[in-house]
Order: sequence, then structure tokens, then C-alpha cells
Amino acid sequence: MTVGIVLVSHSSALAGAVAELAGELAGPEVAVRPAGGTDDGRFGTSIELIAAAVRSAESGDGVCVIMDMGSSVLTAKTLLVDLEDEDDPPRVRLADAPFTEGAVAAAVLASTGQDLDAVVDSAEGAWSMRKL
Amino acid sequence: MGFDTETAVAWIDTAATVVKADEARLTALDAAIGDGDHGANLVRGLTAAVAGIAEKEPSTPGEVLVVAGRGIVAKTGGASGPLYGSALRRAGKALGDTTDADAVQLGAALEAMLTAIVELGSAAEGDKTMVDALGPAVRAFNDLAADGASLPAAALAAADAAEAGLAATIPLQARKGRASYLGPRSVGHEDPGAASTALLLRALAEVTA
Repeated sequence: MTVGIVLVSHSSALAGAVAELAGELAGPEVAVRPAGGTDDGRFGTSIELIAAAVRSAESGDGVCVIMDMGSSVLTAKTLLVDLEDEDDPPRVRLADAPFTEGAVAAAVLASTGQDLDAVVDSAEGAWSMRKL
Repeated sequence: MGFDTETAVAWIDTAATVVKADEARLTALDAAIGDGDHGANLVRGLTAAVAGIAEKEPSTPGEVLVVAGRGIVAKTGGASGPLYGSALRRAGKALGDTTDADAVQLGAALEAMLTAIVELGSAAEGDKTMVDALGPAVRAFNDLAADGASLPAAALAAADAAEAGLAATIPLQARKGRASYLGPRSVGHEDPGAASTALLLRALAEVTA
């Protein structure tokens, strides 16, 4: 089992494409699930889509959630509060990370079987990966 | 009469009505410095709140606000969803099991709304957000409530303070949300979140009058 990754974006296409890219680089063991757009297909954020993606990504080792900005962040934070009220909630952490780079860093590390804290650290470490 | 179940339902109903009536204005404000969806998003969220209340038939004012908040979180789609939704849920929990909140109890619930928004959005007064309307409104409400004023008087003062807070956002430069990317170009516009907050507090003043 590996840590699951959930990607929350205002855009369904963006979340889906980054999930595909990160999943390709990480390999098939890592569940990378997109939660993009609203539940009726508009740009925006849906707490229900994020909750469903978390359930789908969770295999017992926890879920690292990476958000793009704005309402994605606020809605993911709200979901964490909601999960506190559940019996036996999945272990979920939000990574404060750049969206694409963080998703790839998290997914690749998750593929090595590292734990949730290490995967979140890997996503957040993407800020310091210089390109030039 | 204080803030009972019927009044709480009327607040959410009236909020939905006034936001719908002002949807174009909110959207125009948001189109100037945001992404132009605040009016439509909030109408969607409040419509879900009204539907949730009709379905669940909550029996206390606190439960009304929790149910309304849940609908707003689920269906709004923009940042105002988690912000207003969490705020109403926190306010509802602050009211507890009371069936008829007095001014002091409602003031504590409004304070809980403000705390929820500040915590979730990490915004402070002066950032050009809904906090610039809600902060002064909650202070005005609680100042009067602490002096023993009636609930309608406190709610009226809160609505006036929210509208003054909204006007005061015009010269501010945004430090949160999409508008913050505009830097100095966000100056000279009312903040749409502060505008919707002012509508919600005017609705509260109307239903408690």
C-alpha cells in the first residue's frame, strides 16, 4: 500500500491532466485522484468531489492533498474539519506546495512506500527545486 | 421575541432573496477585481441552504444555521462557500440548543462566524475582504448587546456598520484572493465579499426588526 494523492483544482481538466502526469511518473501503485471543478462541471471547487477523491485514494496509509489556490485551499481545509466529526476518518494532510511540481514530487515519493509525513514533506520541498 | 427558529429560517430565506435580487451587482463588483462569479455562486449556495432547511426541518435556530451552512459549503463552488458555510455552521454550534436566542447569545454566534472566517481565510481587517464588513458589524452588535440593547437595535447597528465597512474597502488594496494579484489596480472598487456580507447583515436586521 502507498500514500494516496488528491489534486484539487478549479479546473477539472487541469486536475485530471496533472493527476495523469504525476501518475505516469509515479507508476501504477500510487492512487493519484483528481478533484477539479464543481459538481456540475463549472470552474470552482466541490467539497463532495474532494471527499470522494480522498475516499478513492485512501488505501490505509493516508492521503496527501495538493490544492491550486483560493477556494481549492479553503474547501480542502473545510473538508479536514468535517472529517474530524466522522468515525474512523482517513488520515489526510494538506500539502502547501506548488501544484504540478508538488504533485509529481509527492507521487514519486509515495511510490517508494514512504509514509504520509514524508510524502507531504516531499511535495512541500518542491518549492526549493530550482529550474534555472 | 429573540432569534428563534422561525427568525433564523426567515434570515436565510431573506438572504437568498436579497442576494438573488442583487446578483448582477455582486457579479459586476466581482468582474472588476475578481473572477465574476460571486453573485451566481452565492445564489447557488443560498438556494441549497433554503432547500436544505425545507428538507431537514431543523427545530432550533442553531440547527437552522448549521443546515444552511452545510448547503452553502456543498453547492457554492467559490471561496465564499467554505467561508460563509463554515461561518454559519460555527454560529449554529455557538447557539447550542437554545430555542430563542437573546441579543447576547446571537452576538456570541456572530462572533463565532467572524472567528471561523478569519481562521479559514487567514484574513485580517484591511485586507479588502468580507472581514472588513463583518468585523465592524460584530463589534457594533456586541457593543450594543453588552449595554443591554434590544436584539433589533443591535442588528440594525450591525447592518449599518457592515455597510460602512463595505464603503471603507473602496480605497483598500486587496491582500487576499484573485484581487490580490492585481496589486494597486484593486484600489477603487468595493470588495464583493464585503458587499455580500453587508447584504446578509441587512437581511438579519430586517427579519429581527
